[in-house]
Amino acid sequence: MDVELLELTKENYEEEVINSERPVVVDFWGPRCVPCLSLMPEVEKLAAEYGDKIKFCKVNSAKNRRLCIELKVMALPTFLFYKDGQVVDKLTGDEATRENIVAKVQALL
Amino acid sequence: MNVYDVVIVGGGPAGLTAGIYVARSKLKAILLEKGLPGGQIATTEHIENYPGYTAGAGYELTAIMEEQAKGFGLEIAMAEVTGVQLGGPEKIITTNQGEYRARTVILAPGSSPRKLDVPGEKEFIGRGVSYCATCDGPFYEGLTVMVVGGGNAAVEEANYLTRFAQKVYIVHRRDALRATKVVQERAFANEKIEILWDSVVAEIRGNETLEQVLIKNVKTGQITPVTVDGLFVYIGFIPNTAFLKGQVEMDEAGYIITNDRMETSVPGVFAAGDCRQKLLRQVVTAAGDGAIAAFAAEKYLEEQQ
Repeated sequence: MDVELLELTKENYEEEVINSERPVVVDFWGPRCVPCLSLMPEVEKLAAEYGDKIKFCKVNSAKNRRLCIELKVMALPTFLFYKDGQVVDKLTGDEATRENIVAKVQALL
Repeated sequence: MNVYDVVIVGGGPAGLTAGIYVARSKLKAILLEKGLPGGQIATTEHIENYPGYTAGAGYELTAIMEEQAKGFGLEIAMAEVTGVQLGGPEKIITTNQGEYRARTVILAPGSSPRKLDVPGEKEFIGRGVSYCATCDGPFYEGLTVMVVGGGNAAVEEANYLTRFAQKVYIVHRRDALRATKVVQERAFANEKIEILWDSVVAEIRGNETLEQVLIKNVKTGQITPVTVDGLFVYIGFIPNTAFLKGQVEMDEAGYIITNDRMETSVPGVFAAGDCRQKLLRQVVTAAGDGAIAAFAAEKYLEEQQ
């Protein structure tokens, strides 16, 4: 079963991502970004598979512009990979393929 | 094994139109698409030259096409084609989700944006360099951006970016734009747009994000640094036909060669849309190709029986 990702905002970003004990994957998407929408079901599958070890979250860039700019996210889709509150990896644009995301997720384990 | 009458490779306007036609003819057909159906036009902000469709974004138009095809019973699967064997009467299509077999194949894999291939481009993808204004434009609210190219895509997206950016440069290698007149006039009338003629991007520079683009004047050779926050590249396309090498006849640029029935060099294999060698690559011509390819495939199947 696919799992709906935890929705992040400026308000809960620190608590859910920076202070998380588990590694975190953040999927930056937008309602008009077709590549993002096409990846989302794949990420939900990964969340179902790895959800007990890694936290999967998403940020709607259209509603959280300020947060994206603070995080230097300037393109969609972008994935940030966190460990102990630090960004350890990033995938953006063309790099954000299913295969690359799986590889980075496995590297977090 | 399950053998389809038609396998369609690609879910842009060409593939979806072919899908509508073959599904209406009650052929046993499946469309394979690696992402979401829609193709490149789904990343275009505004479509104003597809007859009968006046107000809407690209992805809205292709979502209607998809619904229409599904409504006639077309099967659509998310699978990326990795290889094909088209020679025999039974064509084999290999994907990351398994193998498909079919008596005819309609190739509609489309094309992808061409990269600049200059120093700094790769490093700053996602940190200022973009190929999708619809996706990334809103991040540049109040900032300065540059668009490279002089065709329809470049000038239309430059116009779109003025909604967010405070200034938009267009860098074009010639002294006149190639875009349609109405699109050009809109750009000339827009105070936020400044065009740098006879110029190409020589290098992209920055620290954490893009900060500066070096522009080279092709007539004088002079290099000028321009301070920008974002760079959008629209310098043409390359066909997504690498997986077909050695299987169907292509031209030097990789475009598939067909006749006016959309037949390729291989019997039972048809091509439609941007992947074809042709004069004009638009949604309307892709849809036309798709319809012809579907009709020709149906005729081919009838003749084989």
